[in-house]
Amino acid sequence: MNRLGELERAIMEVLWRTDSALTVREVSIGLPQTLAHTTVMTVLDRLAKKGFARRERDGRAWRYRPAATRDAYVAELMLTALDQTGDRSAALARFAQSVTGAEADVLREALAHLDEHQQPEGDTGNGLWGNWPTRHCSPRLP
Amino acid sequence: MGELADATLLAAVAVGSVRCASALAGASWPRRSPAAAILLWQALGLAGGLAAVGALVAVGVNNEGTGVAGGVLIVGRRLATGELTSHQEPPLVTLAQITCLAAGISLLAILWWVLVMAFAAVVQARRRQRELLALLAHGDPKAPGALVVDHPTAAAYCLPGIRSRIVVSVGTLDLLAPAELVAVLEHERAHLRARHDLVLIPFTSLRRAFPRSRVIAQSYRTVALLVEMMADDHALRALPARELPTTVELLPARELAKALLRFGVAGTSCAPEGALTVTGAAAAGAGRGSGQLPSAGPAGASPSGGTEGEITARVSRLLEPPPPLPRFVQAGIVIAAALLVSGVVLLLIMP
Repeated sequence: MNRLGELERAIMEVLWRTDSALTVREVSIGLPQTLAHTTVMTVLDRLAKKGFARRERDGRAWRYRPAATRDAYVAELMLTALDQTGDRSAALARFAQSVTGAEADVLREALAHLDEHQQPEGDTGNGLWGNWPTRHCSPRLP
Repeated sequence: MGELADATLLAAVAVGSVRCASALAGASWPRRSPAAAILLWQALGLAGGLAAVGALVAVGVNNEGTGVAGGVLIVGRRLATGELTSHQEPPLVTLAQITCLAAGISLLAILWWVLVMAFAAVVQARRRQRELLALLAHGDPKAPGALVVDHPTAAAYCLPGIRSRIVVSVGTLDLLAPAELVAVLEHERAHLRARHDLVLIPFTSLRRAFPRSRVIAQSYRTVALLVEMMADDHALRALPARELPTTVELLPARELAKALLRFGVAGTSCAPEGALTVTGAAAAGAGRGSGQLPSAGPAGASPSGGTEGEITARVSRLLEPPPPLPRFVQAGIVIAAALLVSGVVLLLIMP
């Protein structure tokens, strides 16, 4: 990751740590490394432009606070990934989506079966599917 | 008269494409050779769309005697010079023709527009994802080459593009055994390598444009599943070559199948934004091998409606792989797809 990205991340961590809006100086104090005042200001400005930070006037200084909590952003990431709106507009190819109801029961059974037969020997592929209803089996093609 | 014949033929191709799409969605051979099937899907979509536009336009430019494409040029020239009303035809026929022409052009514009919009939406969503990941994600030795997000719900996905990313959640790391995780990461790598996202974009955009169309929704689901199967295949081929944790005996297909099953029964919480973390913590309990029931989503919030059987189909295919189609059949499918598209283009160009 580039240096600017790392700084943004570090500064967001500082903002997320507290409930109050911070001045540039207060953010600088909270950072693990010492940075020039102007650098911190620039990065905060960038974060505000991207919408991750909000700023408000306090006398002559700006005060910054995160636009949303860390958890809310994580939730946003996950919602896109899990695609719960049913719209894959982001075209993110994801590994699998969990299911509920009857199919989940069937899957759980199959998984238990696979876990039991952890040892490869004495395990014919066909036997694995003994517990599956026939409609779930792919037809044996010639 | 030639244009009317063209219009009839093109309309037949358009209707035939839809019929074929329905038949293809129900066919069982595509899972034997997903790549060939996807090519056929793309050809059907392209030919069907072009033929539908062409049929409408052909009626609109009827009796110009120049072919569909030539007819459009002539009508365009007339419009530019304002001679459109100098027809010998009765006004009602002219009106019907203009309506058809307008409908055809509108359809083309809509199809083009939704494709552009879908692409823009994808680019924007990916940028947002990248920004969020830069702030939130971190590496983890358990998942080399992937970004890890601190969330208890199991998820694994990839973010295609020039700077592509594979993302897994902490829930995934807890859910999967090391060998299963290796298989999942390889599956995502396969998506990225082959740019499967580009394959899906036309179908995504069509579904956005015509959300009510059942044929399109079905087509989308079928192609999406075929793309996943293709990535499964690629992952299996790549897996033995990679360095694997030596402590586990790896049967790639089995590990991938187990990972899929674990994802399937892990349960995601269908909570609104912000609440996800709270209910997600409950889902974390559905960890590996706990046999716990998946947390049910709120009533009416069926997460997908379309994934019923998706995991089942992939798992059964992994564990009992059907033989791929013979070479000459695959070649036949490729040729048929090429003939279909070029046939429609010829119909549009030829006088």
